[in-house]
Amino acid sequence: MTNPSLPDAEALLASLAAQMRAHVTAQTGLVGIVTGGAWLAERLHRELKLEVPHGSLDVSFYRDDFQHKGLKRKVTPSAIPFEVEGRDLILVDDVLYTGRTIRAAMNELFDYGRPASIRLAALVDRGGRELPIAAQFVGTMLALPARYNIELKRDTQGRLSLVLQQP
Amino acid sequence: MFLSSNPQLNKHGELHHLLSIEGLPAAILWQILDTAQSFVGVTQREVKKVPLLRGKVIFNLFFEPSTRTRTTFEIAAKRLSADVINLAVNLSSQSKGESVLDTVANLAAMQADMFIVRHGQSGAPYLIARHVGEDIHVVNAGDGRHAHPTQGLLDVFTIRHYKKDFRALRVAIVGDILHSRVARSQIHALTTLGVPELRVIGPKTLLPSNVDNLGVHVYHDMAKGLKDVDVVMMLRLQNERMEGSFLPSPQEFFKFYGLTADKLALAKPDAIVLHPGPMNRGVEIDSDVADGNQSVILPQVTFGIAIRMAVMSILAGN
Amino acid sequence: MKIHIKNGRLIDPASATDARQDVFIAAGKIVAIGAPPPGYHANRTLDAGGLVVCPGLVDLAVRLREPGFEYMATLESEMFAAAAGGVTSLACPPDTDPPLDEPGLVEMLKFRARNLNQAHVYPVGALTVGLKGTHLTEMAELTDAGCVAFSHADAPLTDTQLLLRALQYAATFDFPVWLRPQDAGLARGGVAHDGQVATRLGLAAIPACAETVALSAILLLARETGARIHLCRLSSAEGMDMVRQAKHLGLKVSCDIAIHHAHLSEMDIGYFDPNCNLTPPLRSQRDRDALRAALADGTADALCSDHAPVDDDAKQLPFGEAETGATGVELLLPLTLKWAEESRLPLAQGLARITSDPARVLGINAGRLTPGASADICIFDPERYWKVEAQALKSQGKNTPFTGIEVKGRVRYTLVEGQIVFESA
Repeated sequence: MTNPSLPDAEALLASLAAQMRAHVTAQTGLVGIVTGGAWLAERLHRELKLEVPHGSLDVSFYRDDFQHKGLKRKVTPSAIPFEVEGRDLILVDDVLYTGRTIRAAMNELFDYGRPASIRLAALVDRGGRELPIAAQFVGTMLALPARYNIELKRDTQGRLSLVLQQP
Repeated sequence: MFLSSNPQLNKHGELHHLLSIEGLPAAILWQILDTAQSFVGVTQREVKKVPLLRGKVIFNLFFEPSTRTRTTFEIAAKRLSADVINLAVNLSSQSKGESVLDTVANLAAMQADMFIVRHGQSGAPYLIARHVGEDIHVVNAGDGRHAHPTQGLLDVFTIRHYKKDFRALRVAIVGDILHSRVARSQIHALTTLGVPELRVIGPKTLLPSNVDNLGVHVYHDMAKGLKDVDVVMMLRLQNERMEGSFLPSPQEFFKFYGLTADKLALAKPDAIVLHPGPMNRGVEIDSDVADGNQSVILPQVTFGIAIRMAVMSILAGN
Repeated sequence: MKIHIKNGRLIDPASATDARQDVFIAAGKIVAIGAPPPGYHANRTLDAGGLVVCPGLVDLAVRLREPGFEYMATLESEMFAAAAGGVTSLACPPDTDPPLDEPGLVEMLKFRARNLNQAHVYPVGALTVGLKGTHLTEMAELTDAGCVAFSHADAPLTDTQLLLRALQYAATFDFPVWLRPQDAGLARGGVAHDGQVATRLGLAAIPACAETVALSAILLLARETGARIHLCRLSSAEGMDMVRQAKHLGLKVSCDIAIHHAHLSEMDIGYFDPNCNLTPPLRSQRDRDALRAALADGTADALCSDHAPVDDDAKQLPFGEAETGATGVELLLPLTLKWAEESRLPLAQGLARITSDPARVLGINAGRLTPGASADICIFDPERYWKVEAQALKSQGKNTPFTGIEVKGRVRYTLVEGQIVFESA
């Protein structure tokens, strides 16, 4: 059984930026989900030359699996350096899978204020949704058996890549 | 002879009860501090709540009266969306009726998830922790002279906020260390986190024997003790705990061990001043220092809520 | 009943005997050792192969909790526990409720104990009325009723003038006075030894000088008055040094140590184990080592159990609120053997501290196996390990710091006046 080959993350990032370019304004708020989504948001923010500083969300306090998994070892503070109220937001995540992380992220965002809209940008959509969540901007669709996990990695030069993990 | 394994940790080495800072590995202290950092962010938002502990029932079981500590635990629990029940156990009815363990057993039967316990006797939370079911977590909110771990944690959190690196600090704790559970928790937290020089300052009557075994340098002269320190931690002079002959008068204590501006000037110019509250102004601390720009006493209170949110979250998730 | 104890290893410290010798009992007395008397036919033979046959143990402090504390334990349960522990003579302290300060109370206690037909009970009378420390008791009357000595138990005796008078009065009649050296003021409010453990755990502390200051007063007054003093439950190295010096100077003084202090220290409090709330408190390891050395060199005359059964409700409390004391009469033997073995002493020397030596302190004819003596005998298996399980103890007090610990030395038979009062498989 051979490992499925993974696409080049940098190329996917460029594709996302191209898709998003026409849909962002000076007021758009970009929010990346820690950690992979936050790296992407940082790059997209630069690439799209956005004016409003980008935010990051650690959704640990909003996850629905707290009872089974508890809090992760290292929780990082969420930081939203702009007013959420009335703003169009784009959430950014590396891998969209069941949709639960996005649900948690939206709940967290709503505790900051009432956005005008939320759209979702995902580097990889691997299907397997358990909730009615969809991404408006997708780098690529990738079907993967459930036992595999893909993760975004960032090297010391800041280059992004996707790696596969067999659980 | 008794329990050879640390009653605070579960079999995976995770925090199951918070009874004392002593015996906790540094990694757990860092986890609490880092988690609290995230909760500080939450307390600064419009909606100060997160849904983490929704549906959980937390009992504030206070055998010793306290409005401040009880209120901060209540606020912290509510910000985690938990349900909070406050029980101020009247000690006079206690002696007539229910023992500590009977009270706890009754409450546990009411589907409690967590007990926040304050008691006048050292070790009471350990007794409770030994007798609750394995799904119930116990947080020590202060037991006798032994420990006040959340206070110790919020104090080191405050120090980290202003001073960043523990390994470069000289810290002094001043006052009635003998009777202070806060001091003991502070000492354990600071030594575990790597503070290279920790001093205790007080008259001989207010310093416990063998206190240097805890890893501190003992000073009876406040001028010498405060020289070049980065952090000054004042303790409340525990009037209610003193019976008999520890001190002739609060006035004499203030003269030698009270923190005034000129004594503070002996410390580093950017030294910070902490106090667990409530303050006895003019007894252990002068008003102009308490309200001055080196005092971080008010931020301590805010950080206290975040620390307690962190502790309760970590316990509930383990 | 004629009982023949055969094949046992006879150890009688008083006569320095440690040999394979049979014992022959008739009419409640030992009639012969070694060879049977002519025409002797045993009604019962006990095979003591592999077992030690020694004098019944003499325990200087066993609280029977009657009168007054029957909710903690009863005479029946504690006398049975003593029998299970191999104890055939015991002294009980006067801290009952009411205290043993009246002849009627002493007579009643002796009567009740006598009817149970187990160990011989030697009441220690109260030195002052009600143990209040203000009025002397009628020591001569109490002695007639059966008291062997006078003590103040753990009650404070703060009036040094009264102490002087009490010692003078006792010395008049040569009544022994048993005192626990603890200065009430220095010990006030304390629950644990003033050392590193109390500091860490935030427990109110009792300094060692609470013992030495009181000891100093007692020894000086004893010298003044010529009274015979027995010091109960020494706990500190410095205290032991003072006793050693006093003996060297020829003072009529003896002392004992409780089994717990021979093995445990403040470190055993662990996470606030209320079973380690003892009086006097468990002190430092250095103190414990000094106590063990004093037992070995004879400065400490005897080991006792300081048996104090406490009901669960009074023990399962925060450390400082828990009732003080531990159940111990069933552990006197194994813990004595443990001390002797660890100190590399011959078994006979270890056993002396719980047989002939305490008998000498009590001034009774016991603790020895000689022809003509009352057949008070303990037969035990010195190699048998057993686990201390609270619920399996015969005493109603389950409060022991040794729960879950394996000890060595199991009583198989206990005989009092030639009757088997306890036997086990």
